[in-house]
Amino acid sequence: MAHHVSPIREPLITGNKTYHDITVDLVSPTEKAPGGLWMIGFIISVGLLLFGVFCIIWTIWIGIGSWNLNRTIGWGWDITNFVWWIGIGHAGTLISAILLLFRQKWRTGVNRAAEAMTIFAVMCAGLFPALHTGRPWLDFFLFPYPNTRGPLWVNFNSPLLWDLFAISTYFTVSLLFWYTGLVPDFATVRDRATGIRKKIYNFLSFGWTGSAKHWQRWESLSLVLAGLATPLVLSVHTIVSFDFATSVIPGWHTTIFPPYFVAGAIFSGFAMVLTLMLITRKVLHIEDYITIEHIESMNKVILLTGSIVGVAYLTELFIAWYSGYVYEQFAFYNRALGPYWWSYFGMMFCNVVSPQFFWKKSWRRNITLTFILSLVINMGMWFERFVIIATTLARDYLPSSWSYYVPSWVEIGVYLGTFGLFFTLYLLFTRVAPVVAIAEIKHILKSSGDQYTTQRVAKVTEPVVTDEPGEEGQGFSSVSPD
Amino acid sequence: MADNHTEVLFGLYNDETELLDAVKIARDGHLDIMDVYTPFPVHGLDPILGLKESRLHIAGFIFGALGTLTAFIFMTWVFTRDWPIIFGGKPYWSVPAFIPIIFELTVLFASIGMVVTFYTICGMGPGVTNPVLDDRITDDKFCIAFKTTDADDSLVEKLNSFFTKTGAAEVHTKTI
Repeated sequence: MAHHVSPIREPLITGNKTYHDITVDLVSPTEKAPGGLWMIGFIISVGLLLFGVFCIIWTIWIGIGSWNLNRTIGWGWDITNFVWWIGIGHAGTLISAILLLFRQKWRTGVNRAAEAMTIFAVMCAGLFPALHTGRPWLDFFLFPYPNTRGPLWVNFNSPLLWDLFAISTYFTVSLLFWYTGLVPDFATVRDRATGIRKKIYNFLSFGWTGSAKHWQRWESLSLVLAGLATPLVLSVHTIVSFDFATSVIPGWHTTIFPPYFVAGAIFSGFAMVLTLMLITRKVLHIEDYITIEHIESMNKVILLTGSIVGVAYLTELFIAWYSGYVYEQFAFYNRALGPYWWSYFGMMFCNVVSPQFFWKKSWRRNITLTFILSLVINMGMWFERFVIIATTLARDYLPSSWSYYVPSWVEIGVYLGTFGLFFTLYLLFTRVAPVVAIAEIKHILKSSGDQYTTQRVAKVTEPVVTDEPGEEGQGFSSVSPD
Repeated sequence: MADNHTEVLFGLYNDETELLDAVKIARDGHLDIMDVYTPFPVHGLDPILGLKESRLHIAGFIFGALGTLTAFIFMTWVFTRDWPIIFGGKPYWSVPAFIPIIFELTVLFASIGMVVTFYTICGMGPGVTNPVLDDRITDDKFCIAFKTTDADDSLVEKLNSFFTKTGAAEVHTKTI
């Protein structure tokens, strides 16, 4: 049952922490009044959110004609933003589910916040198609419910309907997974709280006691939910890509879309996780739990997925040429040299060139560079979706209907509003819940705490077996029944 | 449960290795442990405590299969019996196009079903308050609890000496 931990593995928890230190460090942000930086961020976020609400009301009142969309370009910033936000959400599930299955211990430092990011990003994403229907008060028509018109059912063969099912499922499963992970930590907060806070956290912690049997079931549940969320997250962006790939529009009708979209989603999601984590660790003083090692690991994922995205771009270009299909060739010529050439080159630079900086170890571990690149990559991935959607639609089969599109202030306002929503929710989350999973951090302390790894490095010449039983990773019970 | 009080004698340990040793000794000495409470999942505890593997994943499979069947049968019924429509010249019963929704509902049913089952069998839920022996169990203390309702003095003495022998940092009694 003993488990080999490589002596050259870097510690994931620094500062010689005890279990009690971990509790205090991670619970204290929820116990103190927020600081000045938080208040400024919160006021800006709520301001943006209110402006977004205003723009949404405007949209509903006037109609989506107020977005400057036209007959040729029916999908503009709205669907671009939708795909962008959904993609951002994917990193959270990747960290919390896929890295759990791969037994990556560094996930424990960031999974809670990343999963929260997923949930908030999916909320932002869902807003765009809901508004784009034009009559959002009739959006319940999208669900197959018994009605008095036959009943007339929805078209189960349509990728747009698959998308509805995929995103609703994704949101629900992410929420359940995240909350179940939070329950033991809410109990920790509850047991330190007094008065009204104790009552609130008592409600939120669902009566958690920490019983051995409950932990066993909790781990079993986490593992199965991770196993379910892994194919789910791949299916969600695959289905998003079907929205395009099953159409007959040149530039969209390609089989490369599902893997290319999934890689792009993880790429942009990790960039957003880094943006958030670099600020969060600084503001909440949790550098001991989200270390340079975590940042480097995430930069490696960015390097990998960014390179996959780069290969996908080049493959698309090659296949367009190789297909001999003139419309496909034109679609790509138009992307690079047409009226939206700037977005194509923005995409190429931000997504293909910029992550290549991370081949150098010292740059992967440079916080300033990482922060700048994380913003650049997020911008680049937005360009990618814009290139795919608006640029392609602008030049269709009929030159007489070619068009150009610039978003109106209303459409930009809705986008800014989703930033407001996202950051408002995220900032509230950092005050209400521990942003790092307390129980999971305690679980890896003896294998990844710096006081323990230093001991291992001291004995580097001999293979080291920790006597800590069953450290195969969180969420997996290494025991067999009696 | 209000009139059905349970007296509990419990010891708190400072480290999970001490806890594991103590549980082993308690099992060898045939002491009837009521429950063990820890701040995080301690691996290796289940077999020495004699806990069987959780069957929650079986429930997950059943719920998932239910989702698969629900989606498949419903879409089949709609497109072959209730309101057949031709989409793009394809057959009414175009099964490959059903796959995405079948998959999503499988995952949805399995997840919701498992989570609801988990909270139900653990006796947890929104607003539920279960007795907490000590506030530090969710922080850094590892607890072994024995039921001492109607226990005679010799048993209590035996338990106390067990806690002393195994190095419990604190021993308390509580009525829950």
